[in-house]
Amino acid sequence: MRRLRLSLWLLVALALALFALFALQLSRPKNEFVQSALVGKRVPDFALAPAVESHPGLSSADLADGRPKLLNVFGSWCIPCRAEAPQLEALRRQGAEIVAVAIRDRPEDVAGFLQVYGDPFTRIGADQISAVQLSLGSSGVPETFVVDGAGIITHQHIGDIRERDVAILLDELRRAGTGA
Amino acid sequence: MIAELGLAALWLAAALSALQLLAAIAGVRAQGSAIAALVRPAAAVQALLCAIAFLALLYVFASTDLSVALVAANSHSDKPLIFKLAGAWGNHEGSMLLWVSVMALAGGLIAIVERRLPERTMLATLGAQSFVSLGFYAFLLFSSNPFERLDPAPLQGNGLNPLLQDIGLAFHPPTLYFGYVGLSVAFSFAVGALVTRQVTPEFARVMRPWVLGAWIFLTLGITAGSFWAYYELGWGGWWFWDPVENASLMPWLAATALLHSASVLAARDALRTWTIMLGVVAFSMSMIGTFLVRSGILTSVHAFAVDPERGSFILALLAIYIGGALVLFALRANTVAEGERFALLSREGALVVNNVALSSILGIVLLGTLYPLLTEAFDLRVSVGPPYFNPVGAMFFLPMLVVLAIGPLLRWRRDSFARVRWQVLAVLGLAGVVLLAVWLVTQIKLLPLLGIALAAAVALGSLLPLRGRDLGRLPLPVWGMVISHFGIAVALFGMAADSAFQEERLVAAGVGETVAVGPWQARVTAIVPTAGPNWTAMEAQMAFAYDGGAPRLAAPQARQFWSPPQETSEVALITRWNGQLYVAVGNEVENERWQLRLWWKPFVTFIWYGGVLIALGGVLALIGRVAGDLRRRAAVRLIEERRADEANAGFPLARDRA
Repeated sequence: MRRLRLSLWLLVALALALFALFALQLSRPKNEFVQSALVGKRVPDFALAPAVESHPGLSSADLADGRPKLLNVFGSWCIPCRAEAPQLEALRRQGAEIVAVAIRDRPEDVAGFLQVYGDPFTRIGADQISAVQLSLGSSGVPETFVVDGAGIITHQHIGDIRERDVAILLDELRRAGTGA
Repeated sequence: MIAELGLAALWLAAALSALQLLAAIAGVRAQGSAIAALVRPAAAVQALLCAIAFLALLYVFASTDLSVALVAANSHSDKPLIFKLAGAWGNHEGSMLLWVSVMALAGGLIAIVERRLPERTMLATLGAQSFVSLGFYAFLLFSSNPFERLDPAPLQGNGLNPLLQDIGLAFHPPTLYFGYVGLSVAFSFAVGALVTRQVTPEFARVMRPWVLGAWIFLTLGITAGSFWAYYELGWGGWWFWDPVENASLMPWLAATALLHSASVLAARDALRTWTIMLGVVAFSMSMIGTFLVRSGILTSVHAFAVDPERGSFILALLAIYIGGALVLFALRANTVAEGERFALLSREGALVVNNVALSSILGIVLLGTLYPLLTEAFDLRVSVGPPYFNPVGAMFFLPMLVVLAIGPLLRWRRDSFARVRWQVLAVLGLAGVVLLAVWLVTQIKLLPLLGIALAAAVALGSLLPLRGRDLGRLPLPVWGMVISHFGIAVALFGMAADSAFQEERLVAAGVGETVAVGPWQARVTAIVPTAGPNWTAMEAQMAFAYDGGAPRLAAPQARQFWSPPQETSEVALITRWNGQLYVAVGNEVENERWQLRLWWKPFVTFIWYGGVLIALGGVLALIGRVAGDLRRRAAVRLIEERRADEANAGFPLARDRA
């Protein structure tokens, strides 16, 4: 009987712990985004043809040339990509080197996009079947990765870049540059 | 006006519920307290008021009264009437009102008809029932008022989530709710018995029909939900171990265990504390299930039901009721006298194994469902799926099935192995033969192989109790047990066969092309746009030939709804006795070629046939039990009348013969 009683109080304690866990998780903001498993790892090997005549294509070797970069995954057909264009431009003005992968896009559309919304990119690779996007662990557009000089992904930003994100990304880029 | 009437009825019902609680407390504390006479009428009137409130909600939905916020948010004047009505409970507020109404009806029914338990226990039970209702009334009136007005009223409503515009789904949530509410009644009985320490076989007999009813609804709800996910989501699976599916499975597991332990208590006066415990656990699982679905704390396919603020409210109710009941249980458990003892090899022994196995599976499912939540608290995101649930659950499920095949053959209290030797050998022998034969022919994986072998064994074992009995005179509850257990075998066979023999093809096909999957040849004859009342679709018209036979026509669709905008997949199902061909059409991939996904699923339909059989067995048992109760009540009344006659006549005619 004593043992029964003890185990019953244990059960009560367990239930309370469960309720506390529920309360904790309810009170925390829910993060629906799935972080890429590649953060902290090397960019997978790829080599993409140019997405538009004015820019060279993009390969994984370009991401390991010693300089940290932002890798922007976008599409000319994607509305949030248009919304984040001014922020990318701001990042470029503050010294960020930005390369891009255009997803399921046509050269004339990419050219039109760059003309209307600005061109912060040094390279744009064409990913016709989302193969590189998937191998990066990116689940949608737009997404922006911070890649250090050795080609290792140090940070992933999911969704469009808002004004408050600019400073965060610059900071991540600086940390990637110093190897901190 | 109608909406205000509904709201007023709801407030009155809540007030009566408070009165019922206070009167019940007074009645339990002081025997013969005059105010206790109010408890039963209060419960009965509450049932009436809640029925009025729910009818009012149905009325505003049927007439698409867009000045009611809930109607504007969930309905649309173009919808077919059945989906307008389904819209009344196809949303948070309405479904909560449905919950409260069913709970009030159940409370009213108990208050009016149930006279078998000591009055003090009944008062405690009805008090517990009103305490639970009161929380739900508060939830409804303070945070989810279904009758809230919208000013100005919009010209048109938002419509109902297209995934839910489906006849099967119109009835899936209410079915589960009936189950949950039935378990709340069992919970109230358990708390009532615990308060007065009257855990008797009579208590188990009174509680059993409610558990049985809840269990039938849960079985049907899970079966229907599984079939809905199968044909509506277009993924070809029938169970995903999704948190919300688990949320409906866990109360079912607890209710199944409770059903069996209540039988032991009713027949043999054993397992007293355990039955009470299961009564508390079963309702806890319903509440946790509701919490998981409504709070959105876990990511799931049921994301349409989510609202974190309401989650906190349900969590508070959860903590009060479950925490409170567990504390009461811990305080009282050792004052409940120990029940009768029994030998390990006996009907009770087998039922204890069943209970332990079901509780273990329940624990496994609960742990797997909540584990991601636990790791997330430490910022680690994991998802738990079939690789965990299937083998770990099977460790307990498969042995339980062996006991299921043999247990019903055993006698109560004590049995000897020699008496049942031949039946046990027949059951195990059949399992062995089937195992060997299937393995030699097909070499499928271990789990499905064991599943098929045990399905055969359980099918045989479930029928053995019929042997040597006069089938015409067999009591209905025994028929119920036989059919339910046979249904388990049928469903198990369907699950095992589908996972072992399923064939899948994913192709891009244009008009005129033929795709082979399993024994089927599927030819695309046309791909055309088509339209329904509130959607447009691309339809693939196809001809399917089984094994070179005459082709049958079917047309899977990729549908686009516009209010609210959403895409759904309308799959084509071609059913044969030995399985189902499942075809879903996806996007256009290149010029004029469309993504097609085809599965040949041998015997998959047996899963749902089995589910329906299990529920049918429950229905027979319920009818048998209730009819038995009514007969007994009539007999008691007869005896009382005779006694009264004797007293009037002034001399004893005869002793009661019953």
